[in-house]
Amino acid sequence: MSVAVILNLLQTALTLGLICSLTVLALFLSYSMLNVCDLSTDGCFTLGATTAAMVVLSGHPYLAIVAAMGAGAMSGFVTAFLQTKMGVDSLLSGIIVNTGLYSVNIAIMKGASIVNLNGTDTVFSGMRSILKESSLLRYSDLLVGLIFVALIIVFLATFLSTKLGRAIRATGNNPEMVKASSINPVFTTIVGLVVANSFTGLSGCLLSQMQKSANIDIGTGMLTIALASLLIGSTFMGKGSIAKRAVGMVVGSVIFRLVYMVALRFHMPAFMLKLVSSVIVVIAISTPYLKQRYPMLMRRLSHKKEITRRMEKEGEKNA
Amino acid sequence: MLKVESISKTFHPGTPDAKKALDNLSFSLEAGDFVTIIGSNGAGKSTLFGAISGDFLTDQGAVYLDGKDITFDLAHKRAKYIGRLFQDPMKGTAPGMSIEDNMALALGKGGWLSHLTKGEKQDFRDALSVLDMGLEQRMKQPVGLLSGGQRQALTLMMATMSNPKLLLLDEHTAALDPATASKVLQITKDVVGKRAITTLMITHNMKDALSIGNRTFMMESGKIVLDLDKEQKKTMTVADLLEQFKRQAGKELDNDRMLFS
Repeated sequence: MSVAVILNLLQTALTLGLICSLTVLALFLSYSMLNVCDLSTDGCFTLGATTAAMVVLSGHPYLAIVAAMGAGAMSGFVTAFLQTKMGVDSLLSGIIVNTGLYSVNIAIMKGASIVNLNGTDTVFSGMRSILKESSLLRYSDLLVGLIFVALIIVFLATFLSTKLGRAIRATGNNPEMVKASSINPVFTTIVGLVVANSFTGLSGCLLSQMQKSANIDIGTGMLTIALASLLIGSTFMGKGSIAKRAVGMVVGSVIFRLVYMVALRFHMPAFMLKLVSSVIVVIAISTPYLKQRYPMLMRRLSHKKEITRRMEKEGEKNA
Repeated sequence: MLKVESISKTFHPGTPDAKKALDNLSFSLEAGDFVTIIGSNGAGKSTLFGAISGDFLTDQGAVYLDGKDITFDLAHKRAKYIGRLFQDPMKGTAPGMSIEDNMALALGKGGWLSHLTKGEKQDFRDALSVLDMGLEQRMKQPVGLLSGGQRQALTLMMATMSNPKLLLLDEHTAALDPATASKVLQITKDVVGKRAITTLMITHNMKDALSIGNRTFMMESGKIVLDLDKEQKKTMTVADLLEQFKRQAGKELDNDRMLFS
C-alpha cells in the first residue's frame, strides 16, 4: 500500500471523525451536562441529513446547514417538551421521537428512502473551488470538518460559561440547586436539548453532503457510536475546562474512526462497525462498575475458602 | 414580613397513610426576626419550610411575603426571595461544578447570556475569605472535593449572597461533626446578624434554640404549641422547655436526635 493511499484513508477517517464529533458534542451537552440520555439522536441525525439533502438538491448547500440545524432543534424541542411538560419518561420520549422521525424523514425525501446528490453543489465542492489554486486543495474536506468543529467548540465553551450555560450544567448535576437559584429546570432542559439536537442535525447535514447522498439508515447506530466516542474522549481528556473536555470529545471521535479504519484494513467486515461500537460502550460503562465490585468478589471467594478449610479441619478432628 | 395564614397540608389523603402534617397553622414575623424551631420527629417542621418555599401547594390557607401573596408561586420563583439550607450538605451545591460556577448560579444576576465580571469574581473571593476556610484559593475546584462542613458554609454564603428576604435553615448543622457544626453555626449567626435577614431555623439542640435568635416556636402535630418571645427565652432553661412541651403537647418530647445533644 502506497503512502498516498494511506494518507487518503487517514484523511477520510479524520474527516468522518470530525463530522461525527458534532454528534458527540451534542451528547456532551445532553448526556454529560444535562444527564439526559437522548435516544432520539439516530432519528435526529437522519433528519439533519435528509433535510440538508433536499435543500442541497434545490441548489442551496449553505442554506442546508441552517435548515438542518433548525430541523434538529425542532426535534430536540419535541423530545424535551414530551419529557418536561407531558409526563413522558425521558428515555421513552427519545424513543418515541426517534420512531416518529422515521416517517418524517421518508416524507422529507418525498417518499423515497434515498436521495442522491451527485453533481450538485455542496459545502465540500464549494470549499474545493475556493482552494482550487492552493496547495491545501487535497485537504479541503478535512478543512470543512475542522472549521465547523472549531466553530461549535468555541460556541460551546462560550455558551456554557454564560448564566444559562451554567444553569444547564447544574440541571444535570443537582436540579434542586437550580430551583434554589430561582431558575426553572424545565426551561434549562428544553434549551439544552434544543441546542444539542441542532448539533446532531448539523452533523447529519455534513455527512450527507460529504457522501453526496442521504438515506433513511444514515443515522442508524449514531447514538452508540457517538457514546463510544464520548466515553473514549472522556478517558483521555475528561477533566479540566469545558473547552478542553470538548476538544477531548473530538479526539475521542477521531480515535474511534482511526481504530475502525485500522480494523477494516485487517479485513474486519464493514458491517461490524455497530457491534464494535456497542462493545466499546459496554466496556467503558461497565469497567468502573466492575472495578468497584471486584474487591467484594475476592472477599467472598476467600471467605468461602476459609469456611471449607475450617470444616475440613473439624472433620479431621472428629475422625 | 412573612405571614402564614391558617395553612394545612395532609399527605396521602384518603389512604391509610394519610398524615396531617400541617394543621391550620398561622404566625407572622417582623423583619429581622430570627426564630428557632424545635419539635418531635414528624411534628411538621420541615413540612412548614416546604410550604413556605413552595415544594408543594397547601390544601388551605395562604402565605404572604412582604405583603405579596406567594401561595401559588412555584418553588423556583419563590427562591428569588427565599434562601434555604438543608441538613444534607450535598443538597445545596452542584458537586461537579467549580466553587465559582456554583456561586455564579446563586448570584442570579444578569441576563441569560451574561458572563461573570472580574468584580463579581473578586466579590466571591471576598465573601469566602470571611469563612476562613481557604476556599477563596480554590475557586476553580469542583465543589465535590470539599468536606461537608465546607460545603454547608459555602451553601450558606450562596444562600445569603443575593440578600434574600427570608432564610430557612433546616437543621443545617446536624450532619456535621461537633466542631464544624459550631463553626457553621457561628458563621450563620454572624451573617444573619450583620445583614438582619429574617430567619427561621429548625434545630434539635435545645440550648441553641434558646440562646440563638429572638423567638422560639415549639411544634407538635402540625401546630405551633408554644411561641416564646425574647424575654421569655431569657428566663427559660432547657428543663423548663421540656416541661412546657409536656404540658402543651400532652406527651414527652421525642426527637431521637435531641436525646444525644
